[in-house]
Amino acid sequence: MTFITPVLNYTLLSPILILLAGALVGVLIEAFVSKTLRSTAQLSITIGTLVLSLTQVWKIRNEESTLVAMGSVVIDGPAILLQASILIISIISIFVIADTDHFTALAAALPGSDEERHSVESGNQVTEVYPLTLFAISGMMLFPVATDLITLFVALEMLSLPLYLLAGLSRRRRLASQESALKYFLLGAFSSAFFLLGMAYLYGYSASVTFAGIRASVVGGSGNDVLLLIGIAFVSIGLLFKVGAVPFHAWSPDVYQGAPTPITGFMAAATKIAAFGAMLRIYYTVFANAQWSWSPALSAIAIITMLFGSLVAIAQRDVKRMLAYSSIAHAGFLLSGVIALNKAGLDASIFYLFAYGVATVGAFAVVTLVRDSAGEVTDLNRWKGLGKRSPWVATTFAAFLLAFAGIPLTSGFIGKFAIFSAAYESGAKAVVIAGILSSAIAAFFYIRVIVLMFFTDPVQDGTSVQIPSALTRITVIFAIILTIALGVFPAPLLSFITDLATFIR
Amino acid sequence: MMTSTGLVYLIALPLAGAAILLLAGRRSDKWGHLLATGLSAASFFLGLYQLSLMLGRSSAQRPIGQKLFEWISVGTFKIDAGLLLDQLSICFVLLITGVGTIIHIYSIAYMSHDLDRRRFFAFLNFFIAAMLLLVLGDSYLNLYVGWEGVGLASYLLIGFWNQKPAYATASKKAFIMNRVGDMGLSFAVMIAFATMGTVSFSGIKAAAEQTSTAALTGIGIMLLIAATGKSAQFPLQAWLGDAMAGPTPVSALIHAATMVTAGVYLITRSNFIFDAAPTAQLLVVIVGAITLLFGALIGTAKDDIKKALAASTMSQIGYMILAAGLGPVGYAFAIMHLLTHGFFKAGMFLGAGSVMHGMNDEVNMRKYGALRKFMPITFITFGLGYLAILGVPPFAGFYSKDMIIETAFNAGGIKGIILGSVTLLGAGITAFYMTRVMILTFTGTSRWDEKAHPHESPWLMWLPMAILAVGSVTSGYLLSNGDALAHWLSPLFESHEEHHELLPPIVVSALALTLVAIGVAIAFLKYSRSGVDAVAPSDVSILTTIARQDLMQDRFNEVVFMRPGQVLTSALVKTDEVIIDGAVHGVARSALGVGASLRGLQNGFVRSYAALILIGALALIAAIWVVAQ
Repeated sequence: MTFITPVLNYTLLSPILILLAGALVGVLIEAFVSKTLRSTAQLSITIGTLVLSLTQVWKIRNEESTLVAMGSVVIDGPAILLQASILIISIISIFVIADTDHFTALAAALPGSDEERHSVESGNQVTEVYPLTLFAISGMMLFPVATDLITLFVALEMLSLPLYLLAGLSRRRRLASQESALKYFLLGAFSSAFFLLGMAYLYGYSASVTFAGIRASVVGGSGNDVLLLIGIAFVSIGLLFKVGAVPFHAWSPDVYQGAPTPITGFMAAATKIAAFGAMLRIYYTVFANAQWSWSPALSAIAIITMLFGSLVAIAQRDVKRMLAYSSIAHAGFLLSGVIALNKAGLDASIFYLFAYGVATVGAFAVVTLVRDSAGEVTDLNRWKGLGKRSPWVATTFAAFLLAFAGIPLTSGFIGKFAIFSAAYESGAKAVVIAGILSSAIAAFFYIRVIVLMFFTDPVQDGTSVQIPSALTRITVIFAIILTIALGVFPAPLLSFITDLATFIR
Repeated sequence: MMTSTGLVYLIALPLAGAAILLLAGRRSDKWGHLLATGLSAASFFLGLYQLSLMLGRSSAQRPIGQKLFEWISVGTFKIDAGLLLDQLSICFVLLITGVGTIIHIYSIAYMSHDLDRRRFFAFLNFFIAAMLLLVLGDSYLNLYVGWEGVGLASYLLIGFWNQKPAYATASKKAFIMNRVGDMGLSFAVMIAFATMGTVSFSGIKAAAEQTSTAALTGIGIMLLIAATGKSAQFPLQAWLGDAMAGPTPVSALIHAATMVTAGVYLITRSNFIFDAAPTAQLLVVIVGAITLLFGALIGTAKDDIKKALAASTMSQIGYMILAAGLGPVGYAFAIMHLLTHGFFKAGMFLGAGSVMHGMNDEVNMRKYGALRKFMPITFITFGLGYLAILGVPPFAGFYSKDMIIETAFNAGGIKGIILGSVTLLGAGITAFYMTRVMILTFTGTSRWDEKAHPHESPWLMWLPMAILAVGSVTSGYLLSNGDALAHWLSPLFESHEEHHELLPPIVVSALALTLVAIGVAIAFLKYSRSGVDAVAPSDVSILTTIARQDLMQDRFNEVVFMRPGQVLTSALVKTDEVIIDGAVHGVARSALGVGASLRGLQNGFVRSYAALILIGALALIAAIWVVAQ
């Protein structure tokens, strides 16, 4: 038996490799750098790594699309766009993550124990969040570019495991945070099992684990359809779980609420890009020729997801839960881009993912600012009259909400318009109608929050808005500018995406 | 269609004014109001220049467009941010910038004691820009952007004195009711897009012929909902009265002359949809007819001068909506009444502002009286507006309102008789409540508070009133002389068949004037002969009580919209907690045989989430299986 030395195209893989290297340096810093310097060192390393990785992505954007790492990874137009989106979202998320005291002092200490109190008093910080975040980001970078099932699964776990940990690190309401982390982990493991099982069926169907091999079998129509269908269903479940589509969404409200808010924002934005990126690649290339089998079921899921997310969001009293249900609804809107299965659908989905991600990070960054003495205030009733006390913060949040609602002159409108017109073009009219209907329902609860902030008298209960630090301010300002700019002048980005986004098969 | 590069400046000038005033902050306190007024005036002169160019072109060449930039381009769908200036939009451009500039001038004096005058002018300029975008957009989407913009300006200005809680509440009411209307507009845009694949006026006009009547009716109804929200028509009318909390120049500009007439613009602009959707068109007429009586009745019972005028606005817009619903014969008359109303109602609002200015911001007409001697100019200008709204020849309202009444009678059959009678009756009630306003305010004995020292307003305030009064007198004649406006607009609308003439014009005019005379006489007998109490009498008939409460419109909203909304929301919470979780548990128990009790029905158990995933997985496989068979 001969061993083939793997040929790795380091240039094209460099964005991911840089992130992994940065994460490892971060681990070393934890071990060797003194406590006082750790936080600064970690932040600079993390930002440096992300920026370096982004420049690397930018450099290779015009390289010819090709398979690298022995056919396990592909670098093509969509890959570049998705990786760049993930990196930009990550950079702006890091600023919020780095801000003040969102994380517990000592993750291992029992909530309420002496140990915890002691570590809080001695000013400990869980600076491990930085390498953990970098590991998660590298997994997200790999997820949408993987071209065989094994790499895909490794990437899935790479992005998930650090997120499970991060979700449990909240400084306040630690029990809820830990509970949400455990839930996320258990359910994530459960859905991973489906995913693995699906992989096995697909292998059984095509005798191949590479996307190209499976695609060849699907196109050729050789092989046992039963295996293919079960494979598609189970792999879909794993992916739908990650994007939070109904009925695989149940984890997301609890986790969004329990996790530290900066992590929630990061997770909601970046994980969606990674998971939808992988989903787009798989459905657009591997399963494209079996569209007849999955399209109706996926359309049904999309419709249920949109309507469910929008309807249940109305009843929420907690701003983070409301944003969680809104994110579920957005997963439904994004699914219509997958169903479209045309070039316009791909372009629109990438635009939507980026626009939604930016607005989401911005919105959660604003949520971190509204506080009382015990930390963030997420009860919507206590957001009453925010517009009078802090007009700028409230106006910014209102702008993000309007973007989620898809009001013209915001990025959300262009995203919705693009994705629905792609779905319309492909003939998925039922999905488009459900999408339009649920957009209208969804607009209702976004507007409700705006009414609450601007037209309701404030309650005097110690809720106040923290003056944003420079870090959070960067994130919020960047996000708001991009949200408006993409609403008024979306054409440059749209045409950039259109030029670049073509899957190689 | 010809293109131009100059249209954008119409909008850009006031928009730049708003931006400069807001960004420069306190530094511009000294000159901000002058800049804003100057830019609004510049926009008006630009509009006049465009009109002169337009007059120089042949009828078919008159509409001009400008592409600003490619806004959205996805696959085969392209939407440009573009402007369209045609015979219809130029009317609005001149009304908005003309009356707008006059009101800017008035506000310089009216707001001179307000510390935030600069911010007020910034909002006014922003409003002008947004309103111009609304009438200049060349697609429903561009119109929608302007539509949201004027809404925003309106809330900012109604709530301008937001330190007073009641004013903030009024602004909230306007916001919510307008959201309902805006949702109608977005639905209309979406249905149009889903069925025709385009949202531009020209595209939809071309595609309307091949589109099913059902879709067009749907679009039409949604547009009507949008119009009822913005133009305070039944059943979304309740916000207008409360919107009077804003400064009076705002009431004159936004809530009388321009923004509230956007609904009329929308329906007229969408003539190609309504002409092809008779059901929607009929609904337009019904809404107009109901509102014109509704507003007039409310007007009879209001003691607050601004609210009485607001009710009158509602009623007059009802006339316009009704005319617009009569199809091609009515569009031009709707626009004509809109223009004349823009003059006389704005003039009367400014007059009301002038009275309030002299009476320590008192709005209760029962505390006025005998002001004629102290405010002669206000009395005369207000009086000219009064004669115009009554429809006394040769004042403006005579031409525009008579045309509408006549067209309503000529609608044919029982419909024509009903509509004609409604419009006639409305004219009579209008005469009654407007006379009441005149008598209570300007004649009779004084019923002032002790501290009141009524005085005429400074020239910066009465000059705008005088200009508008000239418009109230002459605009009707100028617009209708030789059917000038109707001919001007006719290329935009499908030509129409001649209608059977039920009553000759002279008879209609005579009937209308008779009813007006009766209305005036009753008001005169009731208020001038018998005197007025400074405090509203409480032993009044049930009808008066109902009218005082705005014909129960708030009660109606509460019962019809708010309560069911609350029930629906709490039902959804229940559904989420009990039914969905309950179903999950129930199905999980039966499907898996898990002996879990149903005790903990509230959300949060990982096992129920996992069970949900499992059920979902089974359902997904089943679905794929069924499809595959």
